[in-house]
Amino acid sequence: MIPTQRWLPMPLLSLLLLAMWLLLQQSVSLGQILLGSLLALVIPLITQPFWERQPMLKHPWLLVRYIFRVLGDIIIANLQVSKLILDPRGRMSPAFIEYPLELTEMLPITILASSITLTPGTVSVNLRKDRRTLVIHALNTGDREDTIAQIRERYERPLKEIFEC
Amino acid sequence: MIGFYTVMEGVIAFFLIAGGVFAFIGSFGLARLKDFFMRLHGPSKTSTLGVGCVLIASMCYFSLIEGSLSLQGMLITIFLFITAPVSAHLLAKSALHYKLARDPRTLDDIEELKDGEDDEKPNGENGHLP
Repeated sequence: MIPTQRWLPMPLLSLLLLAMWLLLQQSVSLGQILLGSLLALVIPLITQPFWERQPMLKHPWLLVRYIFRVLGDIIIANLQVSKLILDPRGRMSPAFIEYPLELTEMLPITILASSITLTPGTVSVNLRKDRRTLVIHALNTGDREDTIAQIRERYERPLKEIFEC
Repeated sequence: MIGFYTVMEGVIAFFLIAGGVFAFIGSFGLARLKDFFMRLHGPSKTSTLGVGCVLIASMCYFSLIEGSLSLQGMLITIFLFITAPVSAHLLAKSALHYKLARDPRTLDDIEELKDGEDDEKPNGENGHLP
């Protein structure tokens, strides 16, 4: 038997492709599922040399919880940023923050950086070449250590748990 | 007795208005905030939620009109949430590379913004805006 690794190198990507296909087609008929599955198998195989090795997803259900947490935070982030923008006195204390990363794999770091950009008052600016530090720009920060601790607690720890790396 | 359609109409109107308000605040921030890095916050967050709200309204509307669940809006939302941070990150990264001027209140004692000896200083003292 051919090992699963060989014909299904990236199960997560395949699943995502199938879901995308069905959403685009707006149908879950047998034909579409077959066609979608075929694409979901062939596309990862063709593009495989292009991808970095992906870490295994250890706890998919935690990822679902993580997504909902980020969605909630996006709404809060928007209200906070809106308040800052509309504040007539314009009191802000922007800062660059050096965030020491605990994650090592590229995919979790990417997800973390994206979450940081989408959530309260922070934009990820630069990932240093050694992949140990993420530079973040915060719109309004009281205390840098506070912001770092918050990001660590809310996003990085859960991601670490999800990918177990 | 208020009918189901009236309620849904209210919900859709709410999301449309909320989306419009968020998009407006985002672009207002572009005009109002002082430096490049701060301006980046507006479009990267506020506009995602703005477009998100409009898409939720569109999904509700077409699900109601066609009588079947319309999920294509979800796709746009997903793509937007994947791409918006990436473009924001690239813009910020190149801004950092060019050491664009910062608002004077910014705490910027990081390695990337240390002045090299042969750096031009197009932006006045320490790369801060006047």
